Amino acid sequence: MRARSRDALRALAPIILALLLGGVILAALGRDPILFYTRVLNRTVFNASGLQEVAVLMAPLLLIAASLIVCFRAGLWNLGTDGQFLLAAVFVSAYGPALVVALPYWVAICALMLLAAGVAAAWAALPALLRAWHGVNEIISTLMMSFLAFSLSAFLVKTYFGDPENTVPQTLVLPVEDRLPRIAESLVHVGVVFAVLAVLVVHLVMTRTAFGLRLRIVGHNPRAAEHVGLHVPRLTLAVFGISAALAGLGGAIEILGVRGVVRADWHPGFGLLVVPLVFLARFHGVAVIGFVAFFAVLTIGGESAARRADLPNHFLLVMMAMILGILALVDHLAARAKERG
Amino acid sequence: MDTLLTTAFMTAFIAGTIAATLPLLLAGLGEQMSEKAGVLNLGLEGMMLVGAFAGFAVALESGSFTLGFLAGIAGGMAVAALMVLACVVLPLNQIVIGIGITLGMQGATSLAHHVMYSESYPRLPRQPEFAVPLLSEIPVLGASLFTQNPVVWLSFALVAVMAWLYRATNIGLNLSAAGEKPAALDLAGVGITLTRSAAVLTTGALAGLAGAYMANIGAGLFVPFMTNGAGFMAIVLAMLARGRPGWVLGGALLVGVATSLTTALQVAGLNIPTDLVQMLPFIMIMIVLTIFGRRAGLPAALGHPYLRGAR
Repeated sequence: MRARSRDALRALAPIILALLLGGVILAALGRDPILFYTRVLNRTVFNASGLQEVAVLMAPLLLIAASLIVCFRAGLWNLGTDGQFLLAAVFVSAYGPALVVALPYWVAICALMLLAAGVAAAWAALPALLRAWHGVNEIISTLMMSFLAFSLSAFLVKTYFGDPENTVPQTLVLPVEDRLPRIAESLVHVGVVFAVLAVLVVHLVMTRTAFGLRLRIVGHNPRAAEHVGLHVPRLTLAVFGISAALAGLGGAIEILGVRGVVRADWHPGFGLLVVPLVFLARFHGVAVIGFVAFFAVLTIGGESAARRADLPNHFLLVMMAMILGILALVDHLAARAKERG
Repeated sequence: MDTLLTTAFMTAFIAGTIAATLPLLLAGLGEQMSEKAGVLNLGLEGMMLVGAFAGFAVALESGSFTLGFLAGIAGGMAVAALMVLACVVLPLNQIVIGIGITLGMQGATSLAHHVMYSESYPRLPRQPEFAVPLLSEIPVLGASLFTQNPVVWLSFALVAVMAWLYRATNIGLNLSAAGEKPAALDLAGVGITLTRSAAVLTTGALAGLAGAYMANIGAGLFVPFMTNGAGFMAIVLAMLARGRPGWVLGGALLVGVATSLTTALQVAGLNIPTDLVQMLPFIMIMIVLTIFGRRAGLPAALGHPYLRGAR
């Protein structure tokens, strides 16, 4: 139990320190830090609709977190979740409006989720094969596929998947009544529950099953994994497939739950923002929910607080960076303390 | 085809190619050096942004492009010093720190831009150029090809200098050793911290210069997030080049040509979807990876901090 509370302290210390440092910067810019943080909380935690917005924003972030946990634990750096997410979202918003009319509602939703997972996994296939067969560094190939996906998505939205009736290049809009049902009259749709469950399932699979153990062995030491008879290339393909599929589901949830449409210039870039959160949670599926919630509060609350303090909301990026730096430092100090006993 | 060969088309095409190529070339050469020495620097984008902001601010205040470029270099190096402190002096995770630096500098530069320029949006005047005698007088292409800012000439010269540095000097050997087998370099009595720090600081200087070029020459102003992924492109080019500066140049030109092809083709009146043209460089990189990518040839100790005595 003591070890667990120490872990919690190690995870929270960077956040607290970064909030303090952020306060110093705010003060240096002549803004009142306490007022700023109060506004962040008033807009989110102490506000019913704000809290619901936080939950809604968390859904895609959590699915991307689940995606990253799978590959990071297996020692593979899938930095292409942004492309996988976006391309899946584009396909879902292209076929969604027609499918919900043609099929019974939940059959259509399931088909769209499968489509999203399939598109995303297919997009990751080339980096996965290159990695598994030729050992080609996946950081390069997944980043490249991500850039490719941005352009391809824009092209598809402007041409084949575009709404010809609309002057703005965008897909057909999924009618509001066909979006994922909301829970108890709130803004929160069932996709949020799905996302939370997905992270938890991923966590259990990675930590409590033989399959998860195999992946972690590959992650720790691929040579040792081969030595104990694991088929590393096949596991590599599986990891990429699962990881990309989860990112794709994130895209589907964002479209089916909230947006209902993709504009040609939309790419939210959630992936790169979630990477640090997953590190902060030390690849732990339960902890990552907390960090994603924190990030969502900071994003939504910070946006409004920054606007009211006449600051660009990119101020939050500085805060994220400080959290990361302090996290890495705390990690290092803790490891050294442990070494010395 | 006649339209493709007009002076207007070629001038726009060449100017666009150089503007897109140069930041990638400089930042890519920088990243290559720190990767060679074993430091994966994902903070490159952040270093470019700070270079762009510092370069722009100083050029605007002083009216001197030279001072602007120097400020860009200094800005990039200041950010690189953070990376040195965290990932060379201290053995912190390079991926976390790199992403942190990029995010932080995106925020910091847009904050600084907001405080200083968000009301006036100042622009720089056109910058001085240097025409190569004789060559620039060649009809049709001469003027657009051989009249460039001095930084352009310096950057192309840098490719040769780097190639010589890696192939023929002790410094190059030390850098490779720091990336491949730091323990061996340590045994030989050369400081790993010193070698890697110098490499990362050089990366920062080149990335800062790249950013300053983007802001002062390419755009003539600073816009938040203006590097727009160029830093990540440069990282990829450096990884693909496997330690060869000439390949960074080739890759940067490939991307530069594809980027400016879009605008130039529109000038020529051909209507190819820009999104498809933008995919060209990435498709080419994926093809290169597929055909030549077997065992990427990255330094063995890339991404690993060096701890003396650790196994």
